Amino acid sequence: MDTTNIINEVTDSEYKYGFVSDIEHETIGKGLNEDVIRLISSKKEEPEWLLEFRLKAYRHWLTQTMPTWAHLDIPEIDYQDIIYYAAPKQAAKPESTEIDPELKKTFDKLGIPLDEQKALSGVAFDAVMDSVSVKTTYKDALAERGIIFCSFSEAVRNHPDLVRQYLGSVVPPTDNYFAALNSAVFSDGSFCYIPKGVRCPMELSTYFRINAAKTGQFERTLIVCDDDSYVSYLEGCTAPRRDENQLHAAIVEIVVMNNAEVKYSTVQNWYPGDREGRGGIYNFVTKRGLCKGVNAKLSWSQVETGSAITWKYPSTVLLGDGSSSEFYSVAVTNNHQQADTGTKMIHIGRNTHSRIVSKGISAGQSQNSYRGLVKVSANADGARNYSQCDSLLLGDRCGAHTFPYVECANNTAVLEHEATTSKIGEDQIFYCNQRGISTEDAVGLIVNGYAKEVLNTLPMEFAVEAQKLLQVSLEGSVG
Amino acid sequence: MEKVNSAAIKDKFTALYRQYSASICAGMPEPMNRQREAAISLFSERGLPEKGCERYRFTDIMAAFGHTYGYAINPNNETVDSKKAFRCAVPGLDTYTITVANGWIDAANSTIPEGVVATGLADGAQSCPDLFAQHYNRLAAVKDDTTISLNTAFARSGLFLYIPDNVTIDKPIQIVNILSGENPLMVNQRNLIVAGRGSQAKIVFCDHTLSERQFLLNNVTEIVMLDRSQLDCYSIQNLNDHSSQIASVLIEQNTDSQLLANTLTLHGGFVRNNLEVLMNGPHAEANIYGLSLPNGHQHIDNFTYIDHAVPECTSYELYKNVLNGHAVGAFGGYVLVRPNAQKTNAMQSNKNICVSSDSRMYTKPQLEIYADDVKCSHGATVGQLDENALFYMRQRGIGEDEARMMLMSAFAHEVVRTIRIPILADRYAEMIENRLRGKQAACGDCFMKCDKRG
Repeated sequence: MDTTNIINEVTDSEYKYGFVSDIEHETIGKGLNEDVIRLISSKKEEPEWLLEFRLKAYRHWLTQTMPTWAHLDIPEIDYQDIIYYAAPKQAAKPESTEIDPELKKTFDKLGIPLDEQKALSGVAFDAVMDSVSVKTTYKDALAERGIIFCSFSEAVRNHPDLVRQYLGSVVPPTDNYFAALNSAVFSDGSFCYIPKGVRCPMELSTYFRINAAKTGQFERTLIVCDDDSYVSYLEGCTAPRRDENQLHAAIVEIVVMNNAEVKYSTVQNWYPGDREGRGGIYNFVTKRGLCKGVNAKLSWSQVETGSAITWKYPSTVLLGDGSSSEFYSVAVTNNHQQADTGTKMIHIGRNTHSRIVSKGISAGQSQNSYRGLVKVSANADGARNYSQCDSLLLGDRCGAHTFPYVECANNTAVLEHEATTSKIGEDQIFYCNQRGISTEDAVGLIVNGYAKEVLNTLPMEFAVEAQKLLQVSLEGSVG
Repeated sequence: MEKVNSAAIKDKFTALYRQYSASICAGMPEPMNRQREAAISLFSERGLPEKGCERYRFTDIMAAFGHTYGYAINPNNETVDSKKAFRCAVPGLDTYTITVANGWIDAANSTIPEGVVATGLADGAQSCPDLFAQHYNRLAAVKDDTTISLNTAFARSGLFLYIPDNVTIDKPIQIVNILSGENPLMVNQRNLIVAGRGSQAKIVFCDHTLSERQFLLNNVTEIVMLDRSQLDCYSIQNLNDHSSQIASVLIEQNTDSQLLANTLTLHGGFVRNNLEVLMNGPHAEANIYGLSLPNGHQHIDNFTYIDHAVPECTSYELYKNVLNGHAVGAFGGYVLVRPNAQKTNAMQSNKNICVSSDSRMYTKPQLEIYADDVKCSHGATVGQLDENALFYMRQRGIGEDEARMMLMSAFAHEVVRTIRIPILADRYAEMIENRLRGKQAACGDCFMKCDKRG
């Protein structure tokens, strides 16, 4: 099969999650101003301090301009043309225990069972549709161990002190343009608190779904892992096929205390737009973790296959002595997708370690960039970093770019960075062909092998999903 | 250093140009003068690049431009015995010598190989009018760096070197660039080098200061390598620690041309090197090396930009830094592979050792690739000397200091060994060792009485 055919076949492959559910939504009018923020806040019955937090963020956002430094071609976004709040009608009442059958059907279709008995054993879900969390499973089982896992709104109601203490402590509202926007209008998300010495018995997961048209999704995740605790957290997302672009600007904040460990995995599969580059999600996300305590550990794993435009840099601030962080990423772009993604590792404490493994795969006419920062401050004695970022090019009209920044102000630090860019070698394909493996399968094999180092770091259920996703996105794209 | 207002600098140089434009243009060839207006307009519109912009992310050049300098609009008649100064830098090196004092060619102290045109810019425009008009400011005009426009606006002095087709020069050409004077001085030197088809030459640039004054050197060198030409460009930067140097070298490589560029920065308070190579003909090959050994409060920033515009070219880059004292080192390496530049091979490596606890290193290797059938890689490391290697040597009775010296010399050797003039390589190694031992870089019989070295 020649290259054009194969690429056509891949680009023709359906985005499996592109359906729209027929659910009645409660929405507010388009546009953004202080009244809209007050309205969102009152709909969620928020305390005064949170409204202040939002308004302060909004006022800061007004003074900012959209960042242009990323290697992305972002069409102008009209922020007044977006609906900032959309809730599936029934879920708007958080106390309701019965779920709308249509809603349930939607999540069943996505493979997220909201019935606990049918669920995959060992994974607790928080399902978020548009602006609200519709259901959190296994809440009671977790509560027995003192673990708090609930929607963000619920956390504001039930655990205001915890939320107030940590909200904005890792990503302040003034951090960047999209962080300010999110802090002003964020609607829901997940909150998770693991108490001292508790090892969370199951994987916690948030599933984000955009359903309503013309809306933006602005969710917020806050994870606090107290001393000696452990949690593995998963995040997945999908959206319907639409010809217009939808905005998703989220914030994830993670606080890791002494000897605690957080493993955060993402399979990002927002609607990427069609073959001509029409539609798709703009995914502008700020994710940051703070290793606050000694020997704290934070590990990021991400598989990025969706979104028309991705702007995302999960980062770690290594503040505690002996803390460590890992970042594993596979980013796949096809057709007209654009991705500018990577990580930041800020070494502040002594003997802090970080490791970055980033694998980019670009096909079609897409542009895929890795952008990363490794910064070692003057007091970070014994800091150690290893970064590796590889790019694979499938097709002669796509681009793969690498922009690493290394800033070192300590003479005991050891930092390494390496990057390679190439296409799949003809010799590798030939070797497989010789052994009776078709070109198609050979490419699949090589791409999977290429991404394996990252896929291996994902929890099992996710790894299976990610592997399937890779196959759908890239099967047979012979360069 | 105090914060210098960028708008003030912009206004200062714009006003200076407006006031003296008649004397700046006087006696200079038309191909040069006609470029000035556009250049100063661009400069007065944008000013100097601010620290934090992508090209100058780690380097503040304002401070260097903020002082009050004199300007070498005409040659200085008071000649120095530059031969002596230069000989002491690389004794025993048999070369053709072109001496340039404060930007102006000192013909009395120069020996020029036969068949080669080596003159000042005005004479060059006269002897090779077509060549000069064709190539002058061609590579520089398209660059997005206003230090270059500033040079284009002010340049009067510099060197025009033409190596005709198929000429092989038997000995290296040494261009000794000397800065001297009793007052602070700014020099906007402009060089144009054209290597004809099939020509071969080795060029050694030596930059020296002969007095402990503040100098600001804002040099632009355009090098055009025509088909099948081979050029080795060695550059030894050894200014005093009060001086600032911005050296922009813009190279175009045509079909089958081969370039070896090697930059050694021994001294200089503030050094910024821009090395930009445009691969403009298939099968061109560029090997680019750099070594900097800053100490004290020096700031050394190497920026390279390799533009693979056509298919089947190869580039290899290796830059190393050994940082001592409060020195700041920066490396920005940019490799661009354009959409049709298939079969490109591009490798880039940046390795740094921070010896002292107050030194800082910033590195930013970048790849931007729009073609798929390529092999590109880059690597960057920041670290220290290997403790195991040190221990091994100390076990064998080598003192700690000596062992460190040996390791640092070995680290530097990877760059030194690429030099294809054996005597220069030896001298390099010696200068590096002296420099690392904190001795003067120049040898004993140098008449410079520099007190700030080491």
